Amino acid sequence: MLMGLRNYIDKIKPNFEQGGKFAKFHSTFEAFETFLYTPNRVTTSGAHIRDAVDMKRSLIYVVFALIPCFLFGTWNIGYQHFLSLGEDVTFWQTVGYGLIKIIPLYLVSYIVGLTIEFTFAEIRHEDVNEGYFVTGFLIPLIMPVDVPLWMLAIAVAFAVIIGKEVFGGSGMNVVNPALLARAFLFFSYPSKMTGDNVWIAGKADAYSGATPLGTIFNGGTINDLPSLMDMFVGTIPGSVGETSKIAILIGGIFLILTGIASLRIIISTFVGAIAMSLLISDVPFYYHLLMGGFMFGTFFMATDPVTAAQTNIGKLIYGFLIGAVAILIRVANPGYPEGMMLAILLLNVFAPLIDWCVVECNIYKRKKRWAAERRTK
Amino acid sequence: MKNLNLITAPLRKANPITVLILGICSALAVTAKLKPAIVMALSVTVVTALSNLVISLLRKGIPSKIRIIVQLIVVATLVILVDQFLKAFVYDVSKQLSVFVGLIITNCIVMGRLEAFAMAHKPWESFLDGIGNGLGYGSILVIVAFFRELFGSGTLLGYQVIPQGLYDFGYVNNGLMILPPMTLIIIGIIIWLQKPEEEK
Repeated sequence: MLMGLRNYIDKIKPNFEQGGKFAKFHSTFEAFETFLYTPNRVTTSGAHIRDAVDMKRSLIYVVFALIPCFLFGTWNIGYQHFLSLGEDVTFWQTVGYGLIKIIPLYLVSYIVGLTIEFTFAEIRHEDVNEGYFVTGFLIPLIMPVDVPLWMLAIAVAFAVIIGKEVFGGSGMNVVNPALLARAFLFFSYPSKMTGDNVWIAGKADAYSGATPLGTIFNGGTINDLPSLMDMFVGTIPGSVGETSKIAILIGGIFLILTGIASLRIIISTFVGAIAMSLLISDVPFYYHLLMGGFMFGTFFMATDPVTAAQTNIGKLIYGFLIGAVAILIRVANPGYPEGMMLAILLLNVFAPLIDWCVVECNIYKRKKRWAAERRTK
Repeated sequence: MKNLNLITAPLRKANPITVLILGICSALAVTAKLKPAIVMALSVTVVTALSNLVISLLRKGIPSKIRIIVQLIVVATLVILVDQFLKAFVYDVSKQLSVFVGLIITNCIVMGRLEAFAMAHKPWESFLDGIGNGLGYGSILVIVAFFRELFGSGTLLGYQVIPQGLYDFGYVNNGLMILPPMTLIIIGIIIWLQKPEEEK
């Protein structure tokens, strides 16, 4: 059976080669072929392998790391829904409701995003690459569950085209496309993206659906918040994937162990956030770490290897500033309760500049050392 | 017939906004609605055309050392005339445009054309060049304003275009379209679409 598929692919392959009947769809064919089978092309010149992890593998690892967040988020959608209605239901009903809500989000995210990716790959005669698998998996996790599907579709299209394709596709983007999709919706349709009514699917009217951040933003104190344990486990309202810190930590540690997420960025982001909240916030710093999208952003967004700083010192500066700016926006900005998204996007833009400064500094120092050595001789 | 090129070139392959990237600031400010954008486009066209004409007539008499001052005086006079005219006849739009009419004087396109064209060409050609550049600038303004008003407010020239039924169905106006950054993105998309055509 499997060999039959291989033979079938080999049989139809010439149609998609240069001059074949379907040459226009070469990229699409190639994408499915390499998805199903290891490509038979090998590197012709000297290869520079340091690790068996290639791009496909590392992107799949990120998706694996997100699965705990996805599973908990799915359950939490149902849990919050039935909690607001005051109904007592079984575990499977809860999960079932969550799945009904989340599957359409994933369908829209992947259908729209991949259609655009495939179209661009065909136009440019490039191979389709896997960059969108992670982006498409992230996007529903950082949305309020009730976001209308057509808005999601527009946001995905905007993020993929303006955020990625105009710069040259995966790996060339300046800002994180998933966050760009969220930022687009955040500024375009604020009524569906913020406030107390968007975080719980099918919420009962009388029930307060405020997130912990929203409560603090509207002048609440930490006495009005859910217990620290609830915020850590994640049984609170919020964007789909961000509520459970346990799930985020499981995925985050997996990413650190596999070497995909930079530990430097994560630690310095935490340091930046703690320093800034000790400095200006009335709320204890550990609340800031547990509220909103801070942890999710730190582990899955700030560490995105494409948009983060690349030099070691640059990573420390980059992470520190993300943490600090995120808390600064939370505390000092009268407009938005959450600052993590804006902080990461801002620092994405600055990452190349940070790297440039670090490299220039290094060159300057070495020049000075060289000059000093020459003088002593 | 070669003069026709003076008008058509700035519309496409020498467009002041999408090719020369001049006059972006006012494009950000006045394109949230279509009506101010059209008025702004016409005002700039008038100013570029007439200032080109005047400077071209004077070009042999202007000492090179003080030519910028002379150009500024001519432009400033024209801008004030346009401003007064708008206040007199379309007061509400003049209110919306507020300071941006006065700021036409700082529009790089105006001074750019004076320096680059009117100082070295005959009056009639300079006049046509001014018209062409004003229209090239205005056409982009109108395109951008069309999309921003349509998707940002659901209206065109103040009339509701997107049917109420769509709103009842859950459609919401796009708030980002009202904000200035979207102008840059739309202009970016226009440049992106225009580029390959030119390279042919």
